[in-house]
Amino acid sequence: MSAMVQGAVQQTESSSEAAVRTDLVPIFIMGKRYMVPSTLTIQKAFEYAGYQLIRGCGCRGGICGACATVYRMPGSSKISVGLACQTVVLPNMYLTMVPFFPANRAVYDLEELKPEAQTLMKYYPELAKCMGCNTCTKSCPMEIPVMEYVSAALRGDVEKAAEISMSCVMCGICASRCPAELGQYNIAIMCRRITGRHIWPQAQHVVEMVAKIDSHRYDKPLEQLMKADLETLRKLYVERQMEPHTAPEDWTPDDKSMI
Amino acid sequence: MGYTVELMDLIKRVEKTRPERVMKKKAGQEFPALTLDQRRDRLEKYHPDFRAGALRELRIGPSRGISVAQEIADTFEARSRVDPDQIDLNEVHYETDVLVIGGGGAGTAAALLAQEEGSRVIIATKLRHGDANTMMAEGGMQAATKSWKDSPYYHFLDVMGGGHFENDPELVRTMVTEAPKAIAWLEKLGCMFNKWPDGKMFTLHGAGTCRKRMHYAGDMTGAEIMRTLRDEARNRVKDIGVLEFSPAVELLTDEKGRCSGAVLYNLETEEYFIVKAKAVIMATGGSGRLHMSGFMTTNHYGATGDGLVMGYRLGVGVRFLHATQYHPTGAVFPEQAEGLLITEKVRGAGANLVNIDGDQFVFEREPRDIESASIIRECEKVGKGVPVPGQVGRFGVWLDSPMIDMLEGEGTVEREFPAKFILFKRYGIDISKLPMLIYPTLHYQNGGLAYEPDGSTKVEGFFVAGEVGGGVHGANRLMGNSLLDITVFGRLAGQTAGKFVKDRTGIGTLSVDHVRRYHKELEEAEIGLDRVSPMVLPDYGNPEVRKRQWTSHYVGTLR
Repeated sequence: MSAMVQGAVQQTESSSEAAVRTDLVPIFIMGKRYMVPSTLTIQKAFEYAGYQLIRGCGCRGGICGACATVYRMPGSSKISVGLACQTVVLPNMYLTMVPFFPANRAVYDLEELKPEAQTLMKYYPELAKCMGCNTCTKSCPMEIPVMEYVSAALRGDVEKAAEISMSCVMCGICASRCPAELGQYNIAIMCRRITGRHIWPQAQHVVEMVAKIDSHRYDKPLEQLMKADLETLRKLYVERQMEPHTAPEDWTPDDKSMI
Repeated sequence: MGYTVELMDLIKRVEKTRPERVMKKKAGQEFPALTLDQRRDRLEKYHPDFRAGALRELRIGPSRGISVAQEIADTFEARSRVDPDQIDLNEVHYETDVLVIGGGGAGTAAALLAQEEGSRVIIATKLRHGDANTMMAEGGMQAATKSWKDSPYYHFLDVMGGGHFENDPELVRTMVTEAPKAIAWLEKLGCMFNKWPDGKMFTLHGAGTCRKRMHYAGDMTGAEIMRTLRDEARNRVKDIGVLEFSPAVELLTDEKGRCSGAVLYNLETEEYFIVKAKAVIMATGGSGRLHMSGFMTTNHYGATGDGLVMGYRLGVGVRFLHATQYHPTGAVFPEQAEGLLITEKVRGAGANLVNIDGDQFVFEREPRDIESASIIRECEKVGKGVPVPGQVGRFGVWLDSPMIDMLEGEGTVEREFPAKFILFKRYGIDISKLPMLIYPTLHYQNGGLAYEPDGSTKVEGFFVAGEVGGGVHGANRLMGNSLLDITVFGRLAGQTAGKFVKDRTGIGTLSVDHVRRYHKELEEAEIGLDRVSPMVLPDYGNPEVRKRQWTSHYVGTLR
């Protein structure tokens, strides 16, 4: 127990909900003590404490990255991180949300980028300042090995950087903790977009289908469906051939007149 | 952490019946599926849409007489935050060609295409750019791109069948023929769809599809699309400006009734701003945070249906707002995962749904609405639901995920559902060994504002894109068609609006006469003026705290 916990001002028992609830624990929101149910996420604890969240709340499902949170337990020097909507409160935790942290972002034209190290160094020269401290990796709530993709980007292995960073929610905690002042997540999305556009081959079947549609191949079949009465439509629907779940990729239907 | 002692005890009953259920499954003996007549009966008796009091007829506005969900009717039968007699429309704070309301997938796609038509664009959004339901979509995006086995013809049939043949066929035709172009566009913007080394895209089945046409990026397809579109918008910062934490609360017209801008509300400084625009694209998404019939939701924090009421006051009618999509399997335990979506793929892989006794009560691959109705029946009528710890009167049923490992081999659950596996592990629950407690959760707004295939509406200068619009999905959307909807109709609305502003010479005098008329209608229908909409944010505040906010004055949910 830190001195601050013991010395904290507390509401009189009778005026607080602690009088009727036995499952409340103290947490310190930006240093201020609140009693909240022990099962809540940090996000719901904020609301229970009386906040109407505006910043720091988005999908409430762990994917949008709006609710980056840092916290420390009394008596510990370790800074822990989490998404407020996914992390359950711990008794006596000291926490703050970091709903925004400024990070450098380059403006670029994707069409002109080349998948090589020089590209990244041109737009993000600060990459070279990475000192390999690994704080970014230790501070990622998605458990991404951030420093590994930074290293890959430095080497010019854009595709590798893209793959490693795939589950990044761009919450920005890495950038807030980086002594070299990188905006890792912005570098990562540039790598992913270069990979999707310039490294991975384009899907030819999509090109072919677009060409077929543009040549009006399906105009008449679709017109028939548009004109069909409900009974005909139901019949066509029920009788349409199902591609089996286990069918190989090159499976073809018996009736090819409408493809 | 983990399950409570009581739940662990109840799980023993599930474990007891499991070996026999697995054996039956292996022998191909499935729980009997409902006939079409039984399905209808179950829906009418137990689906939330059919409950007495779930819907009510609108008493005013362009769709007067049409029944919609009560909670949506409440937002329609409410006064504007703007007082037509007080507002000063002479001081304009922002001017632009195209104002996009909503910073999700549809709005951002629209902004990009409008910009390509030469427009200056402002995106006004309630939360951050990209904090939207698009970001949360997991499964994938349907498009008939494999011409050796599929075509827009079959995609059309699937969409119509899924929507009970009530869909607007013109909208469906547009969606299915534009679908492959939408995929190509996203690919060109650098979206990393799962592919073979030669570039061919992976595709899967969804419920109700006759061909495998669901394209995906891992189990975070929506996030991949959203962050890519947002990144591209940021590259066009010269022409596309974004106002975050600035939801629109009312639309503006000129003296001819053409839509000509909106009133924005800065959530942080509590100021109102007037935006003058030659075209407005409404892309505010859905309304799960209205919690229809008291259900929990998978939707993001800002999904309060704001665009519906703004468009409705402007004179645009609504369609299919009687039909709300409930996803059968939302987590109800632990509390912190409440409402979280458990993908349909878990049932597809063979996991049974069982009641408190460990007995099956429904075939696990019924359509979404039937499955949901059956779970509700088991809990409410049959009384065999599992009590949710700490929540009096709430029940769930078990989704028996450990069966999957028994059917397909150890490690399958962890490999096939990595995101859910890790999430539950964080809460001390190993879903490859223990079942999940689930209940239907509010997922999607099937209906919305009426619009044309090019995104236009009956009001000149006003366009609609994405979940806020209604018609393309009929009464029931199929998995994989929402990401498609927002991409296709976002692009089209942006293009149409961009072309429209080129021909629009100027904007006359700004007006909120439509709001004045609407308020008069409210009065004439003797609807009290105590309610205010749009809601903007849901209220999850602590009522105990609210009591002590002695000097605060709230308008709706906001101070």
